[in-house]
Amino acid sequence: MLTRRHTLVAGLATGAAAALLPAVAGARTYSDILDEFTAGVEPGEGGIFITAPEIAENGNAVPVTVDAPGATEIVLVATNNPTPGIGHFRFMEAAGASLVATRIRLGGTQDVIAIARFPDGRLAKAQVEVKVTIGGCGG
Amino acid sequence: MSTDIRPRIRLPRSASIGEVVLVKCLVNHEMETGQRRDAAGAVIPRQILNRFTCEYNGRMVIDIALEPAISANPYLEFEARIDGPGAFVFRWFDDDGSVHEHVQDMTIA
Repeated sequence: MLTRRHTLVAGLATGAAAALLPAVAGARTYSDILDEFTAGVEPGEGGIFITAPEIAENGNAVPVTVDAPGATEIVLVATNNPTPGIGHFRFMEAAGASLVATRIRLGGTQDVIAIARFPDGRLAKAQVEVKVTIGGCGG
Repeated sequence: MSTDIRPRIRLPRSASIGEVVLVKCLVNHEMETGQRRDAAGAVIPRQILNRFTCEYNGRMVIDIALEPAISANPYLEFEARIDGPGAFVFRWFDDDGSVHEHVQDMTIA
């Protein structure tokens, strides 16, 4: 049986959980993710290439390829998704190239940003805009 | 829901030693983002494959942290260097704690 006291306690617990939630998940912006990856190093231009459609008809599966020859890792984010992270790719000893292709979700027209780290600690950044036209018009 | 992810891996039929091969991996998984709501308006909890790894003959090829922005039925394509006869081991790590493992041999020409 649910007494008033129980309800109050439950209410408090929910409130506390809600207060904690943004710190735990969802509140990280794309720049938080990139800042964590770059750790203060300013990324250069060139040496990393994003291949993505200029216009995507279906934001649920947008093909994206990132290639950064010689890189050891790449972080990929979407600037305007509810959760901006896409993936963190680490190329290990048996990798044949620092290249990865996948399909991503984009909740609307926005930029996709990739930053690669090279063995000498250098960083390189690339950014492309993908227009998402859900339903075939607008965007 | 995600107990059977049915991995489908595409590799070249054979490779020579030292060759770099293209590896294509596709699995069945909703990749539930945690953003959607059901008919009653309740948030459907996140359940995604949050990590993927591939190794060849015990040497790591790639290690990927996947986020909810990866599409349902996640597709991944990358390149691996073949250092001799052996097998690929692919692993997908689910939010529910389960790990799906798939082994595929590589034929050396």
